[in-house]
Amino acid sequence: MSRTRSPLLAKKHIHAPLFAALGDETRLSLLAELCSGEPRSIAQLTKGTDLTRQAVTKHLRVLENAGIVRSVYSGRENLFEFEPKPIEEIKKYIDLVSDQWNHTLARLKAFVED
Amino acid sequence: MSDRIEKRIELQASPARVWRALTDYKEFGQWFRVNLEGPFVPGQAVRGKITHPGFEHVTWEAVVKKMEPERLFSFTWHPYAVDPAQDYSKETPTLVEFRLEKTATGTRLLLTESGFDKIPSDRRLEAFRMNDGGWTAQMKNIEAHVQDS
Repeated sequence: MSRTRSPLLAKKHIHAPLFAALGDETRLSLLAELCSGEPRSIAQLTKGTDLTRQAVTKHLRVLENAGIVRSVYSGRENLFEFEPKPIEEIKKYIDLVSDQWNHTLARLKAFVED
Repeated sequence: MSDRIEKRIELQASPARVWRALTDYKEFGQWFRVNLEGPFVPGQAVRGKITHPGFEHVTWEAVVKKMEPERLFSFTWHPYAVDPAQDYSKETPTLVEFRLEKTATGTRLLLTESGFDKIPSDRRLEAFRMNDGGWTAQMKNIEAHVQDS
């Protein structure tokens, strides 16, 4: 089966700088905008902000490299959409380690209070 | 979303008792379930075989950072480094900190683990798969054990 691979899939093995991507107010607001629905164009995302088109594009690329935003084409128009998987994945991982700590600390409690 | 884990637990035991359980390597090994080869020394690595049923083939390793008696014990490690075939040493470890506070009834223990932003995404996925393959069942066993004792 032949499928067009998006640049994102090709980058799967690059370590996603997810938190770095999320650690910025502008990117978070862009992401919030994308989370709320349909894929948006750079023009739509720039509208109503005091950002330049270049700045929005730059932030979108950071989000795209982190794997949480995908670039899609509708006709000739380049649109961007939210990709929830990386965030779900890291959240699951942290929940897992967190859960492990609950058990470990319960054993410590039993141990010192014995 | 936070890149750290924070836990707070109230212990009915003095800070001195909790400190010993945390930093005496033999006591640590009992509740953490690892058979450490030697004591904790700041700046040095410490290792030993995990004593969890089913994980005895795994070597646990940490590097001790700070030991401030009855206040702070910290080390770095690779969480979920349970595949002996994998070399985790190139990855940035996470930092685990135990902070102790004296309370009227004993000790408040604050645990933080930070630095998850540095863990490769592939590894996070792997750790999650690992969990699906039996870690969950192990945790249930431990829970039962803690409730019984």
